[in-house]
Amino acid sequence: MRNLTAWLFLAPALVLLAVFSFWPVAFGSLLAFTDYSLIRDTHWVGLDNFRYIFNNEMFVTGLKNSLVFLLMVPFVQIGALSLAVLVNNQLPGIRYFRAAFYVPVVTTVSVVGIMWGFMFHEQGALNYVLMLCRLVDAPVGWLSNDSLALFAIMFVTLWRGLGWYMVMYLAALQAVPADMQEAAILDGASRWQRFWKITVPMLRPTIIVCSILSVLAALKAYQEVDVLTQGGPMNSTFTGLYYAYDQGLKHLKLPRALAASFVMSVFCIGIALLCLRYLKPKHRP
Amino acid sequence: MKTILKTLAHYLLLSALALVCVFPFWWTLVTALSTEGNIFAFPPTFWPREPSLANFIAVFETLPMATFLGNSLLIAVCTVFWKLALCSAAAYPLARMQFKGRKLVFGLILATLVLPSEVNFLVNFITVTKLSLVDTYTGVILPNVVTAVAILLLKQAFEEVPQDLIDAARVDGASEWTIFYKIMLPLIAPWLATVGILTAVEAWNEYIWPSIVMSKPDQFPLSVGVLYLRGTFGSSTRVIAAGTVLTILPTLAAFLFTQRFFMRGMDGAVK
Repeated sequence: MRNLTAWLFLAPALVLLAVFSFWPVAFGSLLAFTDYSLIRDTHWVGLDNFRYIFNNEMFVTGLKNSLVFLLMVPFVQIGALSLAVLVNNQLPGIRYFRAAFYVPVVTTVSVVGIMWGFMFHEQGALNYVLMLCRLVDAPVGWLSNDSLALFAIMFVTLWRGLGWYMVMYLAALQAVPADMQEAAILDGASRWQRFWKITVPMLRPTIIVCSILSVLAALKAYQEVDVLTQGGPMNSTFTGLYYAYDQGLKHLKLPRALAASFVMSVFCIGIALLCLRYLKPKHRP
Repeated sequence: MKTILKTLAHYLLLSALALVCVFPFWWTLVTALSTEGNIFAFPPTFWPREPSLANFIAVFETLPMATFLGNSLLIAVCTVFWKLALCSAAAYPLARMQFKGRKLVFGLILATLVLPSEVNFLVNFITVTKLSLVDTYTGVILPNVVTAVAILLLKQAFEEVPQDLIDAARVDGASEWTIFYKIMLPLIAPWLATVGILTAVEAWNEYIWPSIVMSKPDQFPLSVGVLYLRGTFGSSTRVIAAGTVLTILPTLAAFLFTQRFFMRGMDGAVK
């Protein structure tokens, strides 16, 4: 009886999870090995889709770019932790600063694309400020130069992500017991020493979790690509998942798209397992 | 004196960083409010020139903004309602009941956090097509109703309710459903609010999935409609900027007025 009640409470949620979270992974992995399409019979084609994508320039560029995206992780994490330290105080008006750093997180990605399209425009605000500071001589085509566009997209991802991780770190910072800091002050520890000897070790679990999340997010980035460059110029800003999105939705090559996302999934799970193995997050005392 | 200087330096640093974060918003607003001159003129203006609401009126005249707004609202409200209903129902037994398979279910829910869900929409579109839910709001809402994060947050909230209250209700002969509905839910109301607000913003901002399920422009939510705007007004950047401002205004307002709920949601997520 007890069992039945519990399962009745759980049933609706479990059904939806099964249909929209587990089924796509299971069925999608299977379809990656077929020539599935909505209009024909489906045949098993083995590794054909994988062979195709690994010989496809766009996907190979995408894989490389997804790895380049990992360069962002230390910037996001160090930046977010520094921001959290800066706003972890009771200065008047500090909540407005916290809000300012968090606002990009609650902005829809389509709007982010439009706004940064304005910023990166050749006659846009960014070039003006850079030229004013004499950092560049002529306007730079941030999104039209094939060796710069990827980094421009990475910058936007950084801008969108900082606030989220800042709040995670802020919550962790506020959980550091004040008496530990006070004891260290009495012992004559400098601000710097206290940060490295007390705060950072206390934050270790949060730093690890955030870094893993950040690595996965970097590998899976594709929405910013869609709203800023759509993979261009000259296919230079494709990422692994953007290829899946592009093939699946714009070219209706579902099996190819699923093969690409299968490869990315294996990548992500592998990296997550590696991270967990070498950086075991210990529970907070 | 030294502390004053230090505080001043602190504020200067914070302001410089905040400027980088909010500058694109400011620039978009200035663009939307100005009517004079070329938008990409050198040097650009950082203050509205001849401010007017003409661009905002133009957006309303050319696009069904009210319809988009209504669609976004409908999607957000329904997602919040169903998520709170189903996820709290799922979280309750996980937090407060002993039953066979509890560990397994909990493990499965956790697994969805690790599984790469970003491209689930490729297969979900087939599912939605088979269920004849294409071009319906049910199709847009359904896949976003149950999420592991919501279940985990609410499970934690249920765990904090003292056992005495439940025992007392059982002695009085209340059924599990009554306990859940009449006692537990009101007690975790602050957490329901947190999950509700986070969900509302997420649902409002969702852009890829609704653009796949909905094919008719009059069914688009704002987040999708605003990109449609970019296609329609190839040249009129100012009108696009005005549409952009209208799209983010509700989420910004929701965030600014309920900031503590966002921070609490994160607090819960870290634990």
